[in-house]
Amino acid sequence: MSTVVIAVSVLAVLALIFGAVLGFAAVRFRVEGNPIADQVNALLPQTQCGQCGYPGCKPYSEAIANGEKINKCPPGGESTIQALADLLGVEPEPLDAEHGAEKAGPMVAFIREAECIGCTKCIQACPVDAIIGAAKQMHTVVAAECTGCDLCVEPCPVDCIEMRPVETSTANWFWQAPQQGPQMIATDSRPHAANDNKGEAA
Amino acid sequence: MTHMIQLHTFHGGIHPAENKSQSNGTPIRTAPLASELVLPFQQHIGAPAAPCVEVGARVLKGQVIANPQGFVSLPVHAPTSGIVVAIENRAIPHVSGLEEPCIVLRPDGQDEWIAHQSLCAELGVDDITDIEPAQLVHQIRMAGIAGMGGAGFPSAVKLSVKRDEQGQSPIDTLILNGAECEPYITSDDMLMRERAAEVVRGAQILLYILGAKRCLIGVEDNKPEAIAALNAALVQLHEEHHIDVVKIPTKYPSGGEKQLIRILTGLEVPSGGIPAQIGIVCQNVASAAAVHRAVDIGEPLISRITTVTGDAIKHPGNWEVALGTPASHLLQLAGYQPQKQPRVIMGGPMMGFTLPSVDMPLVKTSNCLLAPTAKELPLNDMAMACIRCGMCTEACPVELLPQQLYWFSRSEEFDKAEQHNLFDCIECGACSYVCPSQIPLVQYYRHAKGSIREERAAQKKAEQARERFERRQARQEREAAEKEAKRKARAEAAANSQSAKPAPAAAPTVAASASAPAAAATSETLEKLQKQLTATQTAIAKTKEKLAEAQAALAAGDESQATKITALESGLEKSQTKMKDLAKDIAAEKKALKAAPPAAASTAEGTDKGDPNSPERLKRKWETAQGRLDAAQSRLAEAREQGLDTVAALEEGVRKQQERVDEAKAAWQQAESGAAAPVSTAVAVTESATDKGDPNSPERLKRKWETAQGRLDAAQSRLTEAREQGLDTVAALEEGVRKQQERVNEAKAAWEQASGAQPAATDTPAATVAALAPAVAPAAAEADIAALRSKVLAAQDRVNKAQERLDMAREQNLPTVDALASGVAKQQEKLDQLQQQLAAVTSTAGTH
Amino acid sequence: MALLTLTSPHAHGRNSTSRVMMTVTLATVPGLLVTTALFGFGTLVNVVLAVVVAMLAEALVLRIRQRPLGFFLKDYSALLTGVLLGLALPPLAPWWVTVVATAFAIVFGKQLYGGMGNNPFNPAMLGYALVLVSFPVQMTTNWAVSSQMADQPLAGLLDAITTIFSGSGADAFTGATPLDTYKHLISNSTAVELQKLPTFNGWMAGGWEWVNIAYLVGGLFLVYRRIITWHIPVAMLAALSLCSIVLGWDPDMYTPVSLHLFTGATMLGAFFIATDPVSAATTPRGKLIYGAGVGILVYVIRTWGAYPDAVAFGVLLMNLAAPFIDAYTQPRTYGHEKARRGLTSKEAR
Repeated sequence: MSTVVIAVSVLAVLALIFGAVLGFAAVRFRVEGNPIADQVNALLPQTQCGQCGYPGCKPYSEAIANGEKINKCPPGGESTIQALADLLGVEPEPLDAEHGAEKAGPMVAFIREAECIGCTKCIQACPVDAIIGAAKQMHTVVAAECTGCDLCVEPCPVDCIEMRPVETSTANWFWQAPQQGPQMIATDSRPHAANDNKGEAA
Repeated sequence: MTHMIQLHTFHGGIHPAENKSQSNGTPIRTAPLASELVLPFQQHIGAPAAPCVEVGARVLKGQVIANPQGFVSLPVHAPTSGIVVAIENRAIPHVSGLEEPCIVLRPDGQDEWIAHQSLCAELGVDDITDIEPAQLVHQIRMAGIAGMGGAGFPSAVKLSVKRDEQGQSPIDTLILNGAECEPYITSDDMLMRERAAEVVRGAQILLYILGAKRCLIGVEDNKPEAIAALNAALVQLHEEHHIDVVKIPTKYPSGGEKQLIRILTGLEVPSGGIPAQIGIVCQNVASAAAVHRAVDIGEPLISRITTVTGDAIKHPGNWEVALGTPASHLLQLAGYQPQKQPRVIMGGPMMGFTLPSVDMPLVKTSNCLLAPTAKELPLNDMAMACIRCGMCTEACPVELLPQQLYWFSRSEEFDKAEQHNLFDCIECGACSYVCPSQIPLVQYYRHAKGSIREERAAQKKAEQARERFERRQARQEREAAEKEAKRKARAEAAANSQSAKPAPAAAPTVAASASAPAAAATSETLEKLQKQLTATQTAIAKTKEKLAEAQAALAAGDESQATKITALESGLEKSQTKMKDLAKDIAAEKKALKAAPPAAASTAEGTDKGDPNSPERLKRKWETAQGRLDAAQSRLAEAREQGLDTVAALEEGVRKQQERVDEAKAAWQQAESGAAAPVSTAVAVTESATDKGDPNSPERLKRKWETAQGRLDAAQSRLTEAREQGLDTVAALEEGVRKQQERVNEAKAAWEQASGAQPAATDTPAATVAALAPAVAPAAAEADIAALRSKVLAAQDRVNKAQERLDMAREQNLPTVDALASGVAKQQEKLDQLQQQLAAVTSTAGTH
Repeated sequence: MALLTLTSPHAHGRNSTSRVMMTVTLATVPGLLVTTALFGFGTLVNVVLAVVVAMLAEALVLRIRQRPLGFFLKDYSALLTGVLLGLALPPLAPWWVTVVATAFAIVFGKQLYGGMGNNPFNPAMLGYALVLVSFPVQMTTNWAVSSQMADQPLAGLLDAITTIFSGSGADAFTGATPLDTYKHLISNSTAVELQKLPTFNGWMAGGWEWVNIAYLVGGLFLVYRRIITWHIPVAMLAALSLCSIVLGWDPDMYTPVSLHLFTGATMLGAFFIATDPVSAATTPRGKLIYGAGVGILVYVIRTWGAYPDAVAFGVLLMNLAAPFIDAYTQPRTYGHEKARRGLTSKEAR
């Protein structure tokens, strides 16, 4: 009988001690905000395009933290999905085509300024305030701030906004990776075609 | 004063075939000017320069043609006198073959210098030591001197050192890089041989600028002539100096800045840092010579010595060549024989890049043009698999693990590559040189570096975008909150005054008269009075509450409350008299205000021109009334919600207010439609000459219709809102909407009629003329025919326009289609008539 | 004028992978010659057989993988694998042992991992280990006995061919290796007694010492030609010596250091097997750790393990550790205070 009492009391005391420790830890090491959502948000491309169905990257990151699928971000594409899958420890899924396709390269909005009527609709649509202008004044895109999200294209009543690929200059040009040698290409039986260093004449 | 310099060594390194004897046997020759010089805005690391000359301008040799933009930037000078023929994108010497903005200069052959003199002469001092170092640095910057060894970093930036309070420079050693470790290149070698004095003088100037204690000129031991020449120049200095020429063992890449520093001092530049952090500044010997020219002669950097060599060159050697000279010009001079698989390398065989085209200009960093034959520098054999033999590790001058970097770069594991110090790679090519599998290792590293940089830029941009997005959201939330707060404040204020209003017996009338002008109040005294009134009202309400409580308590049997009640009652009476007084004061104030409405109006609004019945004023009145109505309604809604007994009174107030609004609106609409005619005359005349002041012109009518439509829409939306909120204004609004609809219909009908009839109306003069034409015709001059013709054309135009409008209407299924169709038909008729007239006139004129 | 666009450097040393492989192959020649001279033609026949099988297996797999045959056969890596296996296997082992070992080495040890440069394990040792655990009898009894032991004849070329291809084994020419003998006999005899055995012929190991010296010479040639660095062999031999001196100081209980260094596959392993660059550690410090690890493992398995020799297992086990060793032994790069460790890049940012 006494052994039972001792066992129960010891367990109770232990439970109390650990409960106190846990309670203390919960207060002492409280994490502000939603750390998972913040980490997810850090991986999203921040185009704020809303193609995922959420009004911006942060809301989508919060939704992902709450169990939303990770394959709804076309600007991020496969690499973002992979990074999210790595972070969350889930299987990467192919990009959900419903939300749009991944673009080939970075884009930037361009306003054909001669056609702009100064309606400010695009200014209101831009999620990152990258369009400047005033009512009845021509607007223009701050290219450095534009995320290429497309959101300004649709509201324009005169269709004077177009998305252009970001141009390559000597400032952002860099060498392509050498083509992999023949040992990596299963169908390649001609060694000479595999050598990018030859025959590539400008 | 030669000192013993303890030499150190760096890890790795290779000994490729030197191949220097081909080009260092002949003295430096001056290349004749090319027919066209192409000067890129950017020949240095940093921000590109901005052009400051116009196309077509004549510029003199040494004239600045592009100004630096920012601290890390350099100007561009005209290498000779000539005409600027273009400022356009041209292919620049870059392996990508991309085009960047360039200034294209056509030399006029006169080679006329802009006025220049030494800095000492310019400042009127005897020696450079009388000049502030900062001034010298500025002179060097404005001379456009960039590192001439190949990297092209602006020299002035390296020379801008901050001294401490005692004027002590943090720089201990100036190193002049004469190692020239790349095979084939001999431009620095020849410069040191032939212009050793210039290099030494440059070193002296640099030493003074930097306040450094010593200068070491590092030269590889495969250039004995250069070492001898420099030593001879030092001997001739005859003054105390701290310059030493140091012979270093030949080993590639000893000419790398970091490697040379390690050889000469044993120190290492911290990763990601600059030599100045360890008290060293490193300059190329050619840059030192250019510094001498800039300071002692006043000549900017407009030419450089370039080696042209390789087995595909008949006469290899060194040329002093004007910047901007196309590579093809120099190749031709040296007797270039194109090969089967032509390659022209700008720079050396280890770090140079192949030019995509020989039309590219030579720039400040172009130290060599190498045109090898296939036999001389065989094309890389196909890359085999990496066998991790580790030869690259042994060759690497910065002790990296090249083959690990290769695996990581190849599999795009960039974070691991970075962790293996990818960014410490100087891209010297030693690893590729020794690789038995002939793997283009450097290309992998360059790709990896580029990708990482791109990724970082994207990350930075994403971060920026996130911040901007969040700021925008915060702003929008704040705005919404502010709006909400304002609305609440309004509602509260209204509720306060309302709850006080019905309480005292005398209140309703007073409150009504008080609250009504409140919104329109302009006088300060009035406002003050009203505030006092509100305060009194609140006090009364409170007293009343207390009174009620006390009475309840008394009823419950609390005798002690009786005295309190009396006190309260007397207080209440006092307050009420005060309120009445205030109300009187307010009324008086208002009368006074009303007595001078024109004055007040004109001061309030200059454009009103004192007319109290102008549509603008009326409209404002209506809007104010509407605002008041809205306020009253919200108050009513609140009262209802809270189940107050003031509901009935408020309802009454709202009804009255509604009436007032309707009146005001009607008055304004009347005024608007009435005023439209006279006012629009003026407006229309100025606005559009074609309107000819006709108030009934279709344009005006259309505008009217549109305005009416707009109003109707607004009314409808208000109605929907009211319905949604279950307001009792619904009926009134419905009525308003109905009326508005009527008005719209009217306006529309008027416009349709006018637009249908208008062409006819405006055509009348023409038609008359046309009708008269036969009579006039016999006497008519050619001019009349011309006039008639133009009329026909105008009519034709009108027909077309009408037709267009009709088509549009048809497309959009507008109800105006029929009217427009008839209009077009009429127009067509007129046109036909006119044409007939014209034909008649012409034939009559012809008979005369 | 269209010009070629290439990455720098445009100059290239005259080294090539084929050259490296050929040099290593040539460096084995002294060892092969000495072996043949002292132990008969078994090894030579083995080497030829293994090379033929290796080239055939390589060609077959390349064919199946649709790779250019000529390009890859010319790198001579399969040749080297065949040579090393032929040298390592018992000289008179039945032919099918050699065939199985070589084919496994090439197909499973190398090509299935993606071909040259991608194999995590030393292919030759993988093949060797396979046959060692699969056919222990054939792998331990078919060692030729040195001509220095007068009572047994030396296998001639014909003898060797017949013995190998009959697959029956020929007791006339074979016996256990000195390492094996010493390990088994020392438990119930003294070192002095063992020295008198013909197998040991004094302190030396019945001809094995000459074979090992020949491999040492070949290995030094490789170091001289900078094909391999000194790190792995020195570390391995030093670790092995240290272990046998410190732990096995008593020759009455343990195999002495002279036998450890100069019998079995010690020198072949130190200079030719453990230094296989593809599967070994690559950083300078990593090579030292890797070599020492091989040496210690060889000693441990030889002394306390079930197998008389242990180079194959030692090398294979350290192959497993090589990537880890590399990650933690990065050299200090120019301009850095200290070397980086591991693969996380947090401190890099």
